[in-house]
Amino acid sequence: MERIYIFTRFERFWHWTQALLIITMLVTGFEIHGSYKFLGFAQAGQLHTSAAWALITLWVFAIFWHFTTGEWRQYIPSFKNIDKVIRHYAWGIFQGEPHPFKVTRARKHNPLQAFAYLGVKLLINPLVWISGLAYLYYNELGAAGFNVSLGLIATLHTIGAFMMLCFLIAHVYLITTGHTVGAHLKAMITGWEEAEEASGKTH
Amino acid sequence: MLKSRLFAALTAIALALPGMAAHAADVKLNTTADHSKFKELQREFTSGPEVTKACLTCHTEAALQIHRTKHWTWEVVNPLNNQRLGKKNVINNYCISTATNLGACATCHVGYGWVNSSFDFKSQENVDCLICHDTSGNYKKLPGGGQPPVKDTENPPGSGKIVKAIDLTAIAQKVGKTSRDSCGACHFFGGGGDGVKHGDMDTSLAAPDKEVDVHMDATGLDFTCSTCHKAPAHDVVGSRYMPTGKDSGDAHMRGKVNKSNPATCQSCHGQTPHKAGAQPAKLNQHTDKVACQTCHIPEFARGGVPTKMHWDWSTAGKLSPEGKPMLKKDAKGHVIYDSRKGDFVVAENVKPEYGWFNGEVTYTLLGDTVSKDNGVTLINALGGSASDGRSLIWPMKVMRGSQPYDPVNKTLVKPHVAGNDDTAFWKNFNWEKAITTGMQAVNAPFSGQVDFLKTEMYWPITHMVAPKDKALGCVECHARGGRLDKIQGIYLPGRDSNQWVDLIGWLAAGGTLAGVLLHGLVRIARRKN
Repeated sequence: MERIYIFTRFERFWHWTQALLIITMLVTGFEIHGSYKFLGFAQAGQLHTSAAWALITLWVFAIFWHFTTGEWRQYIPSFKNIDKVIRHYAWGIFQGEPHPFKVTRARKHNPLQAFAYLGVKLLINPLVWISGLAYLYYNELGAAGFNVSLGLIATLHTIGAFMMLCFLIAHVYLITTGHTVGAHLKAMITGWEEAEEASGKTH
Repeated sequence: MLKSRLFAALTAIALALPGMAAHAADVKLNTTADHSKFKELQREFTSGPEVTKACLTCHTEAALQIHRTKHWTWEVVNPLNNQRLGKKNVINNYCISTATNLGACATCHVGYGWVNSSFDFKSQENVDCLICHDTSGNYKKLPGGGQPPVKDTENPPGSGKIVKAIDLTAIAQKVGKTSRDSCGACHFFGGGGDGVKHGDMDTSLAAPDKEVDVHMDATGLDFTCSTCHKAPAHDVVGSRYMPTGKDSGDAHMRGKVNKSNPATCQSCHGQTPHKAGAQPAKLNQHTDKVACQTCHIPEFARGGVPTKMHWDWSTAGKLSPEGKPMLKKDAKGHVIYDSRKGDFVVAENVKPEYGWFNGEVTYTLLGDTVSKDNGVTLINALGGSASDGRSLIWPMKVMRGSQPYDPVNKTLVKPHVAGNDDTAFWKNFNWEKAITTGMQAVNAPFSGQVDFLKTEMYWPITHMVAPKDKALGCVECHARGGRLDKIQGIYLPGRDSNQWVDLIGWLAAGGTLAGVLLHGLVRIARRKN
């Protein structure tokens, strides 16, 4: 069996910390939104704000890491073979076919995955980040002469949150679609991806 | 050698100390004048004005200062809308109006002898110094002339009840600064009884503990009324007719000229009062929209004295089978029906209602058109909105009631309620007579018809500030159905949301979940095959 060291220690740290923070923010955020009562508004608000600053700090490090290591290239979108990946999830996976995409150190994500992560990084994250900071510094914005309504800021922030929630659900499911149910999860924990043995089934 | 010197020194100090202590105790440190030492006050006084004349021999400008204030005139013109207000003019939904009832009402006037329009407002000796500056707690005035009882007096006349004489000399020799007691002697009893009117002012503030009022806490900060309600030239600041809805200024600094109202919270605490706690910055971000009082006065009437919340005059006048006026009391002994006044609802520990308020108050005055068709008539409509930039969300006591009006002329009326005569309502229980007398006295038309009108009066709440750990928690407002549920014009997190975003968002999240579950189920099913 071929083993590839695919996720470095920082990457794994970044991923799991981000996972924890994003789940925390979703849970507390929807409570602040009034969707349910769990921790209480005050605690939810406080935790949400603390988690936000932690996440922003983490993102600053992660962005730095992506650019200094050149890993940002992992997210360059490509349509090459995307049809095969879509066909796999829609059909081949049910037939027990192996994944058409072969993970390499230089290209960790299949084209569909790369698109999804790029969407998170370029659309959801900035939306949540900017609207969240505007939410946090609403008074200062007003004092600086930017009279944006809090309703608009909150609505944009909520849209971002729903998008993140959808991503999270799909993402959690898709990690079970490796060659074994736990393969992707294991890779994100240990860093090592066990590539499927070449058996001539690769398309 | 050293030891003996030390001993000698200690002995000398020990011997000297009692003498020094005794000397120090003689000096009054809270005033520079011991009024009992003034010759002008070492005499017998047979009337209130005599005392005033004695005061004026030294305090030459005091009466003229008083003449300029609404404590004296009971009249004030609101420059915002030119309404002529003050106790002399307004109509409320408690005892309704002063007008012909001055005999009773003016016992709280800072003057002697105001019973009708012939009162001389230019008179200096008619100024009542003692009503504010008595420190003995023994000073009082009798209804029907507002004079202190210098000899045992039957009151009301013919009642057989004797009011004991008070010693004006002793009272005059003990005058001093105003106190919660002296202000409270009138202001705690607004509306005709302890706590009736304000909801946030009653006798529990005479010596409150910290829980009732963190500033007036008698064993703590021990603020008097005038600590906040400063009174330059006897003119007490902090008006209900022209209140400060939103103080956007910084805390006042000693020596720095500042003409803003010194009785607001902000005039001491500034705009960013939260320094400690979990999220001081977030709390400070509330001060541009939410009055301090909203969070820091979670309930009013907290000191054990109930306040009137509802007063229905329309049921007044019911008499017992023997033709006698009745009193009904609740389990706690609070009057809930009085033949003279009607039905009451009283309450303690009341959660305020909330509304935007910018300081503008518009009264419904005598002559203003009122109608049952309008539903509830607002005694004092409060200005304010989320968008005017001058409003904060304030807590209020809303006094609701039903009071007589003239359905033909469509005006509120000023009934003659108090008095020992044959038209006063409290003696005769006849509205037509009482209103005829009352309206004649103010030269206002009255059709002779009487009906009752639902009214509301708003009392922004500002006293009974709780300790900070008793301030409202976030969720009291940040929730659906919370305290600010009815506040319009703002996005309130926890209460508000865009319903379309929520609908589509949850559908999308639910759809994603359903999609992946279905996908997973098919995978499992296929694998078994």
